Amino acid sequence: MFDIKVLDSTLDSEFCRSFVTDAAAGGIVVFVGTVRNQTQGKKVLKLDFEAFDSMAVKEMTTIAEAISTKWNALHVAIHHRKGSLQISEIAVIIAVSTPHRAAAFEACQYAIDTLKETVPIWKKEFFEDGEVWVATHP
Amino acid sequence: MKVKLVAYGIAKDILDGKHLDFELSGESIADLKLQLFSAYPKLDELKSIRFAVNDTYVEEDLVVKENDEIILIPPVSGG
Repeated sequence: MFDIKVLDSTLDSEFCRSFVTDAAAGGIVVFVGTVRNQTQGKKVLKLDFEAFDSMAVKEMTTIAEAISTKWNALHVAIHHRKGSLQISEIAVIIAVSTPHRAAAFEACQYAIDTLKETVPIWKKEFFEDGEVWVATHP
Repeated sequence: MKVKLVAYGIAKDILDGKHLDFELSGESIADLKLQLFSAYPKLDELKSIRFAVNDTYVEEDLVVKENDEIILIPPVSGG
């Protein structure tokens, strides 16, 4: 089963872990991405995520389907935050359960790497001297 | 023909708004891209710009129809 969401409230890693729990699972890997306090030495005050919700959910579902096929995932939860986030708040959670642990690590890595390339969500960082959309220019 | 553009992230800032009715001279996404780059040169400075229709990324040879809603997707940065 999948639980794929874009949410504008605090993300819950325990909910995601619990969602992917399964008697047939030998391992669960939960990746929790958080807001870092600096970018290349520059102090970050907060950040905003803008999401194209319907397509973001669709692209994250595609990732979950790929994980199920390639790594025999039993369950996948992907929750991504949108809106305004403070330092250390959770930006994304990916939870995967698989029969054997190695697959769960690999699947989780694949999911976050792919999410960063395909899912239509945009991050704007706020600094003391201005704000910038992240990674937009070569 | 008239198409409806929806822009996110930095593309929204460059177009100065999320929604824009746009008069497309050609018929494909490639035509739209060229026309947009000409009207908004800052779009051409981005690392990439992709387009989506019906919640799906589309190729540049896609032929669009009058009143299609086309989403501008600047480089994504989730996670």
